[in-house]
Amino acid sequence: MTIESVDPDDVTAADILGSAIERREDPALITGDAEYTDDIQLADMAHMSVVRSQYGHARIEDVDTSEAEAMDGVVGVYTHDDLAREDTPGEAPFNLPVGWLLPSLNDVDHPILADGKVRYQGDAIAIVVAEQRYQAADAAGAVDVSYERLDAVTDPDEALSGDARQLHADADDNVAFDWEIGDAEKTAAAFEDASHTASIELTNQLVIPNAMEPRAAVADYHPGTDELEVFMTSQNPHLHRLLMSGVIGHPEHKLRVKAPEVGGGFGSKIHHYADETLVAWCSKLLDRPVKWTATRSETYQTDALGRGHETEAEIAMDDDGDVIGLRVDTRANLGAYLSTFAPAVPTYLYGTLLSGQYDIPAIHGHVTGAFTNVPPVDAYRGAGRPEASFVVERLMNRAAHEMGMDPAEFRRRNFVPDEAFPYETQVAVVYDSGEYEKPMDEALDLLDYEDFRDRQKEAREEGRYLGVGFSCYIEACGLAPSELAGQLGAQAGLWESSLVRFHPSGTVTAFCGTSGHGQGHATTYAQIVANELGVDYDDVEIVEGDTDEIPHGMGTYGSRSAAVGGSSLVKSARKVVDKAREIAAHSLEADPDDVEFENGEFRIVGAPDRSIGIQSVAEQAYLAHDMPDDMEPGLEATSFYDPDNFVFPFGTHAAIVEVDPETGEIEFEKYVAVDDVGNQINPKIVEGQIHGGVAQGVGQALYEGAEYDDNGTLLTGSMQDYAVPKAEHVPEMDTASTVTPSPHNPLGVKGVGEAGTIAAPQAIVNAVTDALEPFGVDHIEMPMTPERVWRAVDASATADGGHDPEDGTADGGDR
Amino acid sequence: MTEHDITLTVNGTEHDLTVEARTLLAHALRDELGYTGTNIGCESSLCGACTVHLDGEAVKSCTALAVQADGAEIRTVEGLADGDELHAIQRAFQEEHGLQCGYCTPGMMMTSVELLKENPNPTREEIREGLEGNLCRCTGYQNIVNAVENAAESLRSGAVADGGTVADDPTADDPTTTDGGESK
Ligand code: FES
Ligand code: FES
Repeated sequence: MTIESVDPDDVTAADILGSAIERREDPALITGDAEYTDDIQLADMAHMSVVRSQYGHARIEDVDTSEAEAMDGVVGVYTHDDLAREDTPGEAPFNLPVGWLLPSLNDVDHPILADGKVRYQGDAIAIVVAEQRYQAADAAGAVDVSYERLDAVTDPDEALSGDARQLHADADDNVAFDWEIGDAEKTAAAFEDASHTASIELTNQLVIPNAMEPRAAVADYHPGTDELEVFMTSQNPHLHRLLMSGVIGHPEHKLRVKAPEVGGGFGSKIHHYADETLVAWCSKLLDRPVKWTATRSETYQTDALGRGHETEAEIAMDDDGDVIGLRVDTRANLGAYLSTFAPAVPTYLYGTLLSGQYDIPAIHGHVTGAFTNVPPVDAYRGAGRPEASFVVERLMNRAAHEMGMDPAEFRRRNFVPDEAFPYETQVAVVYDSGEYEKPMDEALDLLDYEDFRDRQKEAREEGRYLGVGFSCYIEACGLAPSELAGQLGAQAGLWESSLVRFHPSGTVTAFCGTSGHGQGHATTYAQIVANELGVDYDDVEIVEGDTDEIPHGMGTYGSRSAAVGGSSLVKSARKVVDKAREIAAHSLEADPDDVEFENGEFRIVGAPDRSIGIQSVAEQAYLAHDMPDDMEPGLEATSFYDPDNFVFPFGTHAAIVEVDPETGEIEFEKYVAVDDVGNQINPKIVEGQIHGGVAQGVGQALYEGAEYDDNGTLLTGSMQDYAVPKAEHVPEMDTASTVTPSPHNPLGVKGVGEAGTIAAPQAIVNAVTDALEPFGVDHIEMPMTPERVWRAVDASATADGGHDPEDGTADGGDR
Repeated sequence: MTEHDITLTVNGTEHDLTVEARTLLAHALRDELGYTGTNIGCESSLCGACTVHLDGEAVKSCTALAVQADGAEIRTVEGLADGDELHAIQRAFQEEHGLQCGYCTPGMMMTSVELLKENPNPTREEIREGLEGNLCRCTGYQNIVNAVENAAESLRSGAVADGGTVADDPTADDPTTTDGGESK
């Protein structure tokens, strides 16, 4: 069902919240007016280029910069030694910090320029600054690095095996951390009591985020005031400011980080990388503006990867088909260093979601983090939650098969029942609200499920292989409250801050500490604020993404903006209304308790003709000629909103595919997405988020995967070799929603940014294995390329007794 | 490095500039002339973000050298609208929510305009095929396909209002701009 968008001029103020209005950010974006970081041109601006390691693992013997330094237009070439020099800005150690600590974490050094050793291909060794873009790139190519190559390891299991070369002196056997959740004993007992079990071994491959805009930064240092401005591709400018300030030793209050228009992030622009920091350092060193923009090859080599799990998991059932236990062992690839939020992703964002939508009385999860010679691995759209949902939903499929039950019915009987909410899982979280059968029912309807099973049977008789796959996912967004996050290891609070300000003329500017990069916050936040204040949507302007303008903020990631940022705006707006009510009461000569507020008007209860609009109150507040006693002039309010809990969106996605066992090709017949993201601020934007999320999930299921050779050399280093899905690769999606408001925030919203990416991969893998069930194929690793599918069919056909669905040899075996 | 004096006519305005032989058209447009609406996503002709019209044909400006475009008429996203009047494809992208971060959008629209010139009434499949050189990481493409369909419809009805003809003026680099019956 496609949502029709509407012109905001056709929507009355009372209906603005929840309406599918067109986005106000579009006019600038469709005319070329929008300004992205690389569009910024400053007078006397120099360009930076980075010399990167060619090898996955090596000791650096020598860096010869002489030839580069002599080249036309070159301003300077700098290595780690130059950072530490007395006469250059900042003080050693110039390490990037990690923002999430675990008790067992080996917090290894992460230098912004290599300190004698490189640990992944792309690790920064030196920087070159030149007058022009091409000159900087040329000179970077002329820096001569001599390496002593070391053995590399890219697979977490090999890295942890005890036989691999150690990356960091202080991380024995490449162990980054060892972490567990749930109750091991109770879970072991459940498995002992089980009458049926099923298991799976799987890889959740490394993927490259591929925001279409490469990372970039422009830094501009003003020596007269010691102000350092950094315009950069950021999802969280305040966080970047804090971290950067520490790394280069520039005071936080004299550092401005601003995100101009940002061309997508998907997690990759959360983290604090070396490059942006180096641009800032150069500008300070040289007293002039400096720009760096990643080439696409650089984004492939340096943007933090996502996923990268090796997992074994088991599920236990009683005789009736009720799930009684689940246990999971995962080795998570963290890459060469700990990126900003890396330790949280395969632990608290993964292990806490292992209950899925199901009432499971015993769960245990164990995760070992491994250092390997690939770029740092951190949050990528979904971050931990897709990996969890993948494990749970693949297991549910196996389990249904083991029980001889229909996969939809098996899921349904194990859903957390509606009356059990708030539901406390065995893995440390409390689900806020849910009605899990609703999206499932709707999805079955949209699929015409009954009819499908008949069609599947008939098709098989004709030698055609159709399959259906379900994914009943759960997501956790708006990680909170800060106190809990702190107990779990976060080195930051996870509140959100905003400021709502009336101007004397009655228009409003609202500032929020989140930082959108395609999500349409300027539109949706204005919908929220206009609704709260009862003013025209067009009278509200939203400001995000600039540390100089916005009081404070934590940024946009983890689908937190609506639930946390939006709620913060509500809180600020309500404070504004409270103050305005007192001023209104004063001018109406009434008691504030007798004044009600509706649709932007303050009225005396019982005397509806005596009223004053909030915009007139704003004018009075700034004139301040007649204020209530002891009240300050002005009409604005700031708040810091710290949620009580996460919010938990959910839904059912389902795919119908046809697989050609001869060629291994997979074709979509249908893709159905029924999502419950709580109340919707703008259904058109919700739909867009689902579409985009699903496309990335389809990418992971069928096309994408970062591949490295044994030396840690990236084999999929361009858009030629790494298949970002094209228009023809993504199926038409049939989307629908159910609405279960979250009780935890004033908007009743949950979050939608990651749902599609979390849900899609396992729906597709389950569909393909369902299609190939007659061949005994019960698992294919992602990406399910035609070759892998064909090999899986072929291996099963040639294997002895290859029709046993529990026979793990039928998995294509190539990974 | 050898330098060349060239002339580029961008959205109807003539510019004389001096570029290195290796300067990409995309960089000349953005860095030298300030037409930053054209985005660069890959510098390797794989993403389509940099698509512009060169003498009426959609080309990826990261694969063309600026010197090759000497004397050419170039149209960028900044030249799609006719004054304040948005092009049908721009209106359609907004109406159908065919963009999120907007980074791919200029290239997407330039390719779509060309696609609709070749095939004014494409099927959804043909649209998807026609956009194979343009990547979008945000939208999942569905609303882009809707936008192209929407634009096709308004362009067709515009053409009918015009008497069913589409201008065949080689100086107008894109005849489909006649969406409101107006031609520059
Ligand atoms: S930048 Fe030209 S095709 Fe990608
Ligand atoms: S809208 Fe972001 S890449 Fe297309």
